[in-house]
Amino acid sequence: MDTILTGLSEAFKMIFQGDPEVFRVTLLTMQISGAATVLSVLTGIPLGIYLAIKSFPGKSFLISLVNTGMGLPPTVVGLWVSIFLWRYGPFGYLNIMYTPIAMLIAQFIIASPIVTAFTIAAIQNLNPKLHLQIQALGASRFQYYLLLIREAKFALTAAVIAGFGGVISEVGASMMVGGNIKGYTRVLTTATVMEVSKGNFEIALALGTILLVLAYSVTLLLTILQQREGK
Amino acid sequence: MKRKSIISLALCLILLASLFTGCGQPKEEPAVKNIDIILATTTSTRDSGLLDVLLPVFEKESGYKVKTIAVGTGAALEMGNKGEADVLMTHAPASEKPLVDEGYAIDYTLLMHNDYIIVGPTNDPAGIKKSASASAALGLIANKKSLFLSRGDKSGTHTKELELWKAASLQPGGSWYQETGSGMGDTLNIAAEKKGYSLTDRATYLNLKQNLKNMEVLYEGDTTLFNIYHVMSVNPAKFSKVNYAGAKDFIKFLLSKSGQDIITTYGKDKFGQPLFFSDVK
Repeated sequence: MDTILTGLSEAFKMIFQGDPEVFRVTLLTMQISGAATVLSVLTGIPLGIYLAIKSFPGKSFLISLVNTGMGLPPTVVGLWVSIFLWRYGPFGYLNIMYTPIAMLIAQFIIASPIVTAFTIAAIQNLNPKLHLQIQALGASRFQYYLLLIREAKFALTAAVIAGFGGVISEVGASMMVGGNIKGYTRVLTTATVMEVSKGNFEIALALGTILLVLAYSVTLLLTILQQREGK
Repeated sequence: MKRKSIISLALCLILLASLFTGCGQPKEEPAVKNIDIILATTTSTRDSGLLDVLLPVFEKESGYKVKTIAVGTGAALEMGNKGEADVLMTHAPASEKPLVDEGYAIDYTLLMHNDYIIVGPTNDPAGIKKSASASAALGLIANKKSLFLSRGDKSGTHTKELELWKAASLQPGGSWYQETGSGMGDTLNIAAEKKGYSLTDRATYLNLKQNLKNMEVLYEGDTTLFNIYHVMSVNPAKFSKVNYAGAKDFIKFLLSKSGQDIITTYGKDKFGQPLFFSDVK
């Protein structure tokens, strides 16, 4: 009980006293996970729409792959990205192992299938007559897609929230490809794991609280947007 | 509708902007020398807090940026073996030897030592307190089938533990012998929680002591319990991408007076005793 109380008070102290290290870690967490979410939305939504409305052989198989991808274990993603990015790996010449960019790539791989799968479900959930109607009204291809997005925006916001939730909470991949380097690739989740192994449970609890507050604020913002647009 | 799109657009832009500010950082330094040094090391040097005081001084003095990857000794040596690190700081001489012999690691330097200790529940169910040697203590634990928590991760501590079992002519196994597969800190937490014995380096134990309930040092002082740290560079002749100049400067700093002063005094104010003892003549 003591640990919980001191942990929480420690968290508030860290937030309000503006501990520079905690601030940097929080900002980096936001930047990497935010950017990974944006990139996965930019690719996942078009891909999801495509998979949802086009019919081609092997479509169900491909969708089943995407759905499985929603459960990609971050540690496995981290391992694969590491193997590719190591100095003597296929992409070693890029020199991005143990950098925020490597973490961004790993998180992008984790978030993309989530966003794509949610998009497929969202688009396929629309009334099939809608497609005919939009086309009958003479919409161009681009307008057609845009209208689909607008119709499914409620479910698509859920896709964004799920993608963001997937990456901001993952630790395995960030640890492996980022290395938890102080002041450089340390994010809230990897810092929490490290503090636990150091036995600093109060600090770990404080970092965890900041992470929760951060995740909640972003989700709240998106939810407000979703609910407003949903009307 | 327009307002909504503007809000969404603004949100996207903010996130995109964060992408670029987030990734632009590593390129700012002038590229006169390769300033990034990858240090693969055991968790104990980080978890004990030693690196937190050593690295800022070195970075300030030299202009290098040290990227510490704290893993078990086994993993750290493997990184050296693959050319994925520039400098290694580890504590398992037996596992380090092949790397040095095969020429993967050079500038192999004895740096510092402390010792391993056997910790366990305060009531000492296996009665190891008065053992004649570390191996004898492990023998008593095995005999009583008292719970023993092993790292099981090929780390330096795990390697040492296996050496001790071997010296006791024992093959540990069974439900009383459990492998955590985790770092030293986690393993100590588990051992304290489950009231088991464990082998640990003294530095990590002292750091965690206040959180470890009903656990104390039960056996110490045997010469076989020496915990020796070496530092070495990865051979640039084997791996051209290694930052050898950086590795050499880092080792030179560790051996210098300012480096040595930090190592030999670290922990005195917090624990009343130093955590590491210098082996540099």
